[in-house]
Amino acid sequence: MSVVAEHISEHVHRDDLGSRMGIWLFLFTELVLFGGMFLVYAVYRFTYQQEFHVAAKELNTLIGTLNTLILLTSSLTMVLAIVAIRKDNKFLSIFFQVITIFLAFGFMVNKYFEWMAKIHHGIYPGSETLLAKGNGEILFFGLYYVMTGLHGLHVLIGMVLIGVMTRFTMKGTVNSDKYIHLEAAGLYWHLVDIIWIFLFPLFYLIT
Amino acid sequence: MNEDHLQHTIEHKPTYGIYILVWLVLLMLTGVTVAVAGINFGNITVATALTIAIVKSYLVLTFFMHLKAETATFKLFVGVALLFLLISIALLFSDYSFL
Repeated sequence: MSVVAEHISEHVHRDDLGSRMGIWLFLFTELVLFGGMFLVYAVYRFTYQQEFHVAAKELNTLIGTLNTLILLTSSLTMVLAIVAIRKDNKFLSIFFQVITIFLAFGFMVNKYFEWMAKIHHGIYPGSETLLAKGNGEILFFGLYYVMTGLHGLHVLIGMVLIGVMTRFTMKGTVNSDKYIHLEAAGLYWHLVDIIWIFLFPLFYLIT
Repeated sequence: MNEDHLQHTIEHKPTYGIYILVWLVLLMLTGVTVAVAGINFGNITVATALTIAIVKSYLVLTFFMHLKAETATFKLFVGVALLFLLISIALLFSDYSFL
């Protein structure tokens, strides 16, 4: 063991390209996860076109648009955090990461109020109000809760990840020479953004 | 360490400007997609929204996710994954002729 430990201390192997490929492989699985759901959405939207239109009117386009702007901006601050650390500006990188977390938090706050308003109106999976509606509307809200819910879960995980990266940056684990961790968290965060780019028009803009 | 240093550089000169520009375009496209949603184009309404979403995703993938700076092999690697998603979509649409 000690020989191995000595070897490691002498030569730390790094393969950043391999690390990036690993993250992308993980992102592909996410693509399949959400891709499958979008396929289900496509079939049901086609089958219940009119009911999907009626159901989508219940959604708040303003909150949806606001959340789109928040998420796009958080993607920008995330990528700027990487530029900053590469320019060896530790303070600015931490600043951008914290802003990203705040924006993600803002997204979740909006999501909370949006969901709460729906639940307050009696629209949630299995509720009497919802079950009294047609099949198409039940399916629309089912997909709405599952897809935006799973997306929201990704936002929460992203917040934790970026929080860990902020700590790494403070400690110097992430620095101008070695920022692959931050890059990986960034790639994950941008994927979450891309999923929202599709969720937004498909749920909020079909009235 | 030397050989590793060669391959972990994503791009040569990191700059803030390009990302801010991409962000502005993304905001603009969001504005367009919201504005257009109010107009009924009939069958191409969904197509319009999806086209804008695809353009936005392309920008995020290329710039924010640094695919622009990756090697051709890497781009192929991502392309194959997208191709398989496309095949699933095409197969589904051949089953459900959305007309």
